[in-house]
Amino acid sequence: MMPVRTPPAPARMRPGDVVRVGAVGLRTRPLRAFLSALGIAIGIAAMVGVVGLSSSSGAELDRTLSALGTNLLTVSAGNTLTGEAARLPVEAEAMIERVGPVQAVSSVGKIPEAKVYRSERIPEVQTGGLSTYAARLDLPATIGATLRDGIWLNAATERHPAAVLGASAARRLGVGAAGPDTQVVVGGVRFTVVGVLNPVALATDLDNGVLVGWPVAEKRLGFDGHPTTLYTRAEEAGLEAVREVLAGTANPEAPNEVDVSRPSDALAAKQATSQAFAGLLLGVGAVALLVGGVGVANTMVISVLERRAEIGLRRSLGATRGQVRTQFLAESLLLSLLGGAGGVLLGTAVTTGYALYSGWPPVVPAWATAGGLVATLAIGAVAGLYPAVRASRLSPTEALSTP
Amino acid sequence: MTYPMIALTEVSRAYPGGVAALRAVSLRVEHGELVAVVGPSGSGKSTLLNVVGTLDRPTSGAVRLDGHDVAALSDGRLSALRATTIGFVFQHFHLAARVPALDNVADGLLYTGLRRSERRRRAADALERVGLGHRLDHEPHELSGGERQRVAIARAVAGEPPLLLADEPTGALDSVSGAGVMDLLRELNAAGTTIVIITHDHEIAGSLPRQVSMRDGRIVADSAAGVLATEGRVTR
Repeated sequence: MMPVRTPPAPARMRPGDVVRVGAVGLRTRPLRAFLSALGIAIGIAAMVGVVGLSSSSGAELDRTLSALGTNLLTVSAGNTLTGEAARLPVEAEAMIERVGPVQAVSSVGKIPEAKVYRSERIPEVQTGGLSTYAARLDLPATIGATLRDGIWLNAATERHPAAVLGASAARRLGVGAAGPDTQVVVGGVRFTVVGVLNPVALATDLDNGVLVGWPVAEKRLGFDGHPTTLYTRAEEAGLEAVREVLAGTANPEAPNEVDVSRPSDALAAKQATSQAFAGLLLGVGAVALLVGGVGVANTMVISVLERRAEIGLRRSLGATRGQVRTQFLAESLLLSLLGGAGGVLLGTAVTTGYALYSGWPPVVPAWATAGGLVATLAIGAVAGLYPAVRASRLSPTEALSTP
Repeated sequence: MTYPMIALTEVSRAYPGGVAALRAVSLRVEHGELVAVVGPSGSGKSTLLNVVGTLDRPTSGAVRLDGHDVAALSDGRLSALRATTIGFVFQHFHLAARVPALDNVADGLLYTGLRRSERRRRAADALERVGLGHRLDHEPHELSGGERQRVAIARAVAGEPPLLLADEPTGALDSVSGAGVMDLLRELNAAGTTIVIITHDHEIAGSLPRQVSMRDGRIVADSAAGVLATEGRVTR
C-alpha cells in the first residue's frame, strides 16, 4: 500500500493581485460600475456637502464674532408695567460708564415722530417703515459698524441736518452713494446724506434707520434727549457682572422695565438652529447613501449571476472558495470606494463653490471626509458579503456548465 | 514514478433525485499516458472528468491523483492541487473577453503564488510553445477558434501541470483547426504531460494510444483492459 501524499497549502494572493482581480468586473462593465458608484457618490456628496456648508457658515460666524467681539451688551428701554413704552433717564449713559469693567458706552434715541421720505412729494402715509435715530458720535466704534460710503457724523455735522443711512434704509430710499446733492426729508427737514453704513450684525435695528446727530435732533426734530438703546462694551471677564447690574444702573427707578441682551448670543442661537437643520439634512444624506449601498448590492448579485462561468474557471485554475469570496468582496469595496472618493470630491467642490459664492471661508472637516470614506467601506463590505459568499459556494462543475 | 497519475477505485457519483452518473468506476492512468474517453451523451464522461479534476467529489469510492487522496483534502488543499497538478481545457475555451492572450494565459497562474512579472513571463513561454508567440497582445475576438483553443491550452499548461484534462477540445472547431489542436496535445504528451481527452469523435479517439469507452456510467471497454484488471486489484 502506497502512503498518501499531502499537497501544499494554497498560495496566498498578493494584495496587488486581489485589487487587480477585484477590478475585473469594473473594467468589463464600466457603465454599470459607474452608475452604481454614482449612487454611493451622491449619498456621500450630500453628507460631505451638508457638513461642509454648516462648518463653513460656522467658520464665517466665528470670523464675524471675532471681528465684532462678543462683549457687547444692549440695553433697551422696554415697556412699563402697563404696557407703554418706557423711557431711560437722560443720565443712563453716564451712569453706566462708571461701572468698572465697562470699556465704552454709546447710545441711540429713537424719534418716532420724525418720518423719513425721499422727497417732499412722497405722500405722508408712505413712511417705508424707516426709523430716525439720534446717534452719539462714538456709536460706530462701539457696535462695530463700518461705512460703505461717505463718512460718519462728526462734531460739526452732528449740529446740522446731516444723516447717515443704514444699509436697508439706503436701499429702500434708493440712495446709492452719499454726497452733498443727496438729500432725504426727515421730520419735514431736508437732511444731506453724508454716509451709508454696511449691515450691522450686532445691531440689526439700525439697518432700517436714518441716523442723525444728537444736537440737531433736539433742535430741529423735537427729540426729548432720552436714549432708547444703549450699547455697552465691557471686559470679557466682567461681562456677566456688568450684565447683572446694567438694568439697575441704566434705570434705577424701574430696573424691571429695562431689557438687557447680548446680540452675539442671538447670532450663536441662529447658528445652532441651522446646525439642527443640518443634522436633518445629514439624515437625508444617510438615506441616499443607504440607497446607494442597496444599488451596489444589487450590482454585485447580478455580477455573480452573470459570471458563473468565470467563477467556475477560476475554481478550475486553483482558486479556493476564500479567494473567490475575496475577489467579489474586493470588487464591491472598490466599487463603493470609487463612489465614496467621487462623493467626497463632489461634496468638497460644492462646499467650496457655495462658500466662496457666499463669501464664507470654505471648510470641509477632515472627520467628514474620513468618515465618508469609512462609511463607504462599511457599505461596500456589507453589500458585497452576501453575493461574495454565494459566489464562493457555487459548485465549480455547475458554474462551468453555464454557457 | 511511484504513484499512478490517476487511480479511481469503485468510484460512484449519484446526483440528488437518484441519477447515477458514475457506477463503481475503476480506472488507472500512469504518468505519460494519452487517453481518450469516448461514449454517447449522458454516459458519464464529463462527470468522470470532473471527478478526476477534483471539481466534483464522488459519492463513494476513492480518487487518488499522483498519490493524493482527494476525499481527505480540504477545499484549500484541493484548490492548491488543481493549481499545481491539473490543467483544464474546455470545449468553449472560457477565455476572458477583451483581455489580451498573454493576460488570459497569465491568469492561469494567478493562484500559484507567483509574482505577476513571472506569471507573464511563463505565459509568454507557454504561448510560444503552442505556436502563438506572435499573438500575445491579441484579444480573444481577434483570434480564430483554433487560436482561441490554443490560448486556452497555453493557459492550462503554463504552470507545467503533470496532468491535462480536456473536455471536447475540438468540439467547437472545424476539422483543420481540430487537427492542429490534436497535434499540439500529442506534442505536449510527448514532452511528458499525462493527458485525458473526452471526445465524441471516434476518429480522434482511434488515433490515440488508449481508448476508454463509457456507457450508462460504467466503463464498458478499455484498450488497456489487462492493465486495469490486474493493477485495479493492487490499488484496492
